[in-house]
Amino acid sequence: MELHQQILQYLLSGFSTGAIYALIGFGFAIIYNATTIINFAQGEFVMLGGMLSYFFLSVVHLPLPAAVVLAVLATTAVGIAFERLAIRPLKNATPLSLVIITIGGSILIRGLTMLIWGKDTHALPSFSGSEPIDIGGATILPQNLWIFGITIVIIVVNKLFFNYSITGKAMRACATNRRAASLVGIDVRRMVLFSFVISSAMGSMAGIIIAPLTMTAYDVGIMLGLKGFCAAIIGGLSSGFGTVLGGLLLGVLESLGAGLISSGYKDAIAFVILLLILFIRPQGLFKKADSERV
Amino acid sequence: MKRMLPVVMCCILLLSAATAMAAAPIRIGALFSVTGPASFLGEPEKNTLEMLVKEINAKGGIKGSKIELMVYDTQGDATKAKQLATKLIKNDKVVAIIGPSTTGDTMAIIDDAEKAGIPLVSCAAGIKITEPVKKWVFKTPANDHVAAEKILNYAKQQGQKKIALLTVSDAFGSSGREQLKQLAARKGFSIVADEVYSPKDTDMTAQLTKIRGVKPDAIICWGTNPGPAAVTKNVKQLGIKIPLYMSHGVASKKYIELAGADAAEGVMLPAGKLAVYDKLKKNDPQAKVLKTYDQDYKKAYGVEASTFGGYAYDAFQLIVGAIRKGGAAPDQIRNGIEQTKKMVGVSGVFTMSPTDHNGLDLSAFEMVKVSKGDWVIIK
Repeated sequence: MELHQQILQYLLSGFSTGAIYALIGFGFAIIYNATTIINFAQGEFVMLGGMLSYFFLSVVHLPLPAAVVLAVLATTAVGIAFERLAIRPLKNATPLSLVIITIGGSILIRGLTMLIWGKDTHALPSFSGSEPIDIGGATILPQNLWIFGITIVIIVVNKLFFNYSITGKAMRACATNRRAASLVGIDVRRMVLFSFVISSAMGSMAGIIIAPLTMTAYDVGIMLGLKGFCAAIIGGLSSGFGTVLGGLLLGVLESLGAGLISSGYKDAIAFVILLLILFIRPQGLFKKADSERV
Repeated sequence: MKRMLPVVMCCILLLSAATAMAAAPIRIGALFSVTGPASFLGEPEKNTLEMLVKEINAKGGIKGSKIELMVYDTQGDATKAKQLATKLIKNDKVVAIIGPSTTGDTMAIIDDAEKAGIPLVSCAAGIKITEPVKKWVFKTPANDHVAAEKILNYAKQQGQKKIALLTVSDAFGSSGREQLKQLAARKGFSIVADEVYSPKDTDMTAQLTKIRGVKPDAIICWGTNPGPAAVTKNVKQLGIKIPLYMSHGVASKKYIELAGADAAEGVMLPAGKLAVYDKLKKNDPQAKVLKTYDQDYKKAYGVEASTFGGYAYDAFQLIVGAIRKGGAAPDQIRNGIEQTKKMVGVSGVFTMSPTDHNGLDLSAFEMVKVSKGDWVIIK
């Protein structure tokens, strides 16, 4: 195989994992902007998406579309419950204690999932076949196309929601200045709840579309969550295209690093990037220090 | 109340006299990582052991003595393993210890067993456990190099010379990688690619693309689920036609289920005989033991028996065999285990000696191939 074909393959692999990182990173950014906390339970929403769709599909025997919808709804319900029971009661808590609460919440969700569905890894069928598609000597699977497609749709819908709907605008107002937003009559607590709804639904969708490729188990959320967090940090915790680019960049660098340098350093690459960004450009790669956040 | 006291005393005396009449129970300790990252090992091991003890006690125990089992969970944590081993030896005064499940845990407690003079039958595969031989330490899983040798022997027979390695970056993978490299050098193979992936990785197309670039004759992947299943899917996705070998770490139906029968078609691996017991030759010495174990386990727990549970099965049989021959004192058990000859177990046929505290050879594995979602034995 020629080198340029190899590189094309690395890029394609990198883009498909990167799209996932972006989607998970998005969830981090939305909650961060509404609450100024990093929700470390985001990875568990991703895991729940995969596990619940496995449950509805293989245990309850529902057709795939119904299983997907139910999995997203159920995960969103968990997201709402999490906000109501763990975040909202602590109104005057510092962001640090809230962050620690999200870590506790993630361990709880992971533990419960393990008790209910066991420790086994499960595979989900692909949405539409598993015959590889050839692109200039490199190959991808139909599932990768689903991942690209759904990621793009979700990101576009989000952009529209935040820029054109009243609720979206209100959430942006909270992100810019909570106090001012509440003074003009925006129910900030409601917006916080919304941010949990959106990010848990988004996380579960990410978990569902990758499960046919990566398989799912009760503990897949940790690594995915961390990588999504990396993507969000590279993008400066904006839910705009910064996080998308952050995710793609991370995916491609990992894949190129594994292919051209050494596969032993794959995870190290992600975290070295994270550290570098935090040291050198804590506001993210693509952003001026004080631009708008949503 | 005062008048009641003598009556109560009499009752207590009578009761204790009754228990004293039965032979004292034999206490066996077990340490497994029932929870934590290695729970896939510890859980079936614990289940197997509890099942066997129940069975043997229902039949009246060994020479009239019931077996009392103390199982503790190390959570795959070497520090915990050490504390619990001390507890088993000092407080519970067990005569033998089965486990721990992982090589790390086992290495941590070897000193304690050696010092206290308590036989330890480990359920972990690492070669360091019994090489060099330690007086009180045995283990039941076959060494990794036995599986590696099985693969390389087969590859040699197929005329494959250039080998690509893709191993997981945990203890199992790095041990396999070392053994494969040593054996490959000795048997005249050349390693043309040496790639790794981390246990939680889900996409290995980058590594495989690189491997394809160097055109090996065969790829050997060494890991436990789910990594190898992802590798198998990626190989199919990339359209790689190079023969793919897996380790004995994925020799269960779960692997085929995860990878998909379609993608796993043609993958070869050395499997413990438990995975293929219904396809063994009629005269295979293990056929009967394996069938009984699998069926009993299914009846007791509703799931298929696993090779890992088999490690505990063998450890228990070694100890029971030794007690039957000699006695239930720790040194009698140790000597008994060391003198074990041709004991048919789940992992293989054990023949221990003062220089071999594992007792298995190449016959512990069969080379199998995935065909239409099932295993087929290949010659």
